[in-house]
Amino acid sequence: MATECITNKKVLTKGNYAIAQAAVLAGCECYFGYPITPQSEIGEFMSGKMQELNRGYVSAESELAAINMVIGACSTGAKAMTSSSSCAVSLMQEGLSYATSDQLPVVLVSVMRGGPGLGNIYPSQGDYFQATKGGGNGDYKLIVLAPSTVQECVDLTYKAFYLAHKYRNPTVLLADGLLGQMMEPVEFKEYPYPEIDNSGWALTGAKGRSGRVIRSYAPLAEDQCVFLEKLYQKYKTIEENETEWEEIGTEDADIILVSFGSTSRNVKTAVKMCREKGIKAGILRPITLYPFPNNRLKELACIAKKFIVVEVNMGQMVNDVRLAVNGKVPVELIHKPVGAPPAPEEILDKIEELI
Amino acid sequence: MATQVFKLPESLRENTRYSFCPGCDHGVAVRLVAEVLDELGIRENTILAASIGCSVTIYDFLNIDAIEAPHGRAMAEATGVKRARPDKFVFTYQGDGDFASIGLAESLNAALRGENISAICINNTTYGMTGGQLGPTTLVGQVTTTSPTGRNIEYYGYPIKIAEHIALCDGTAFSARVSLDTVANIKKAKQAIKKAFEVQIKGLGLGFVEILSTCPTNWKMTPDEAHERVRNEMMKTFVPGIYKDVTAD
Repeated sequence: MATECITNKKVLTKGNYAIAQAAVLAGCECYFGYPITPQSEIGEFMSGKMQELNRGYVSAESELAAINMVIGACSTGAKAMTSSSSCAVSLMQEGLSYATSDQLPVVLVSVMRGGPGLGNIYPSQGDYFQATKGGGNGDYKLIVLAPSTVQECVDLTYKAFYLAHKYRNPTVLLADGLLGQMMEPVEFKEYPYPEIDNSGWALTGAKGRSGRVIRSYAPLAEDQCVFLEKLYQKYKTIEENETEWEEIGTEDADIILVSFGSTSRNVKTAVKMCREKGIKAGILRPITLYPFPNNRLKELACIAKKFIVVEVNMGQMVNDVRLAVNGKVPVELIHKPVGAPPAPEEILDKIEELI
Repeated sequence: MATQVFKLPESLRENTRYSFCPGCDHGVAVRLVAEVLDELGIRENTILAASIGCSVTIYDFLNIDAIEAPHGRAMAEATGVKRARPDKFVFTYQGDGDFASIGLAESLNAALRGENISAICINNTTYGMTGGQLGPTTLVGQVTTTSPTGRNIEYYGYPIKIAEHIALCDGTAFSARVSLDTVANIKKAKQAIKKAFEVQIKGLGLGFVEILSTCPTNWKMTPDEAHERVRNEMMKTFVPGIYKDVTAD
């Protein structure tokens, strides 16, 4: 069962509980959700904790309702979140599109499982496109953070709330069934980010001022043009300031492996094994999937001879890596359609086949 | 000395371009909402969840804070607003398609949870903004652009009686159906809106009003003919009245 929220002490906990506890410590005022495996522990933890703390919790009637309850709460400037998985995150795409247009600090925890359709409850990275390209209508971006450890589930949950409020843009914590269900020792430090002033836009009741409307409806094309240009200026700022990634052994690498989330852990081991065998390999692990480390990949394409993307899907992030290096070096794919990430030995074998 | 007996409610914005069709009852309904907000003195503490359809433009008229919900989701957004800020007065303003077709799950579940919010649903028996298609409240026999030979129940099924359904939910504090076809009925409608707002202020649960309204453009009628239709046809299926009032003796 869920443990208490403890700060500054290492505890052994499941990824889903870690995310939920971190959200509480980040000051999440409202949680709205609908059950789906493999993330149900988040809602279970929240149902008790939020009531205990006299914060908002609703077992929503659907994911459609859940995401819109988050939108409603966020429109008042509140920190609010929902969590879901894959086929159920599909139901939230309309809400996410509205929330980007409304510029609301929605936080969504997406714990990926197998797809398409109902699929299965095995770990997967098949929702890379869903998170980074969006299934909703119109031009928009979601900030997407991809943890690879349970500790990072905590740290990036904090960050998700911060970035969502800093940029007034929906932010996704993109975990997977493996991270959600595995236990690791983690530390819950205090929420490290400053609180963002939302007095300039939040709905509070129009006391002493005229009414504020948070809307996406723009019946005149000119208004929509102005808005979208402004929105994309914001995305440019996000790309300049918030792109985050980890690199190991890339400085002299011939082969650069690119991998995110839980899969990247086995890739790191495979890189070590490569080095022991005299193969000059390195890894770049994107931590933000949007903004994507395009510029760094472009730089590394001048050093390395080959890029190899490792992911648990049919090949999604590989497309973004190919766009980033723009034909400068070949970009290969090692993938597994669904399930636990390929073992380091398996990755090593495939690397040796490819070089 | 002259006494001012009629003025623009404080809850209405000045000089707003009027966007409803001639003879549409939305204009009257919006004004009633504004008058009630004024009379209860809650303009500065109110947050509206607007909806999709002709009703969306209510936020151009009302001088209050508002969020625009996707189609059918106003009750969910209002729930989110209220759970985050329980001290605020929160209400939705939706059409029948929004409230009782695409948003039926959100509407019924908000009522079942006893969300302490208020909801106003404009029932004009059609999808007005998109050009008059068959909706959840289209009357049996009614011709629309998607029921060209009239709504027959074998093919299209039955219209929903919204106020009665909402009244059945245990979390509902007040549910009524009113119309705007006569001055007397407009007065009754205002009383019902006030009551639906007051039950929220008292923390009693959901306050709901279904307002029978005209759509002269899509009904292809004059405003007078449209009000005749409300009286002679709509009220036979959608009988006005108070279906639930937990404050009644």
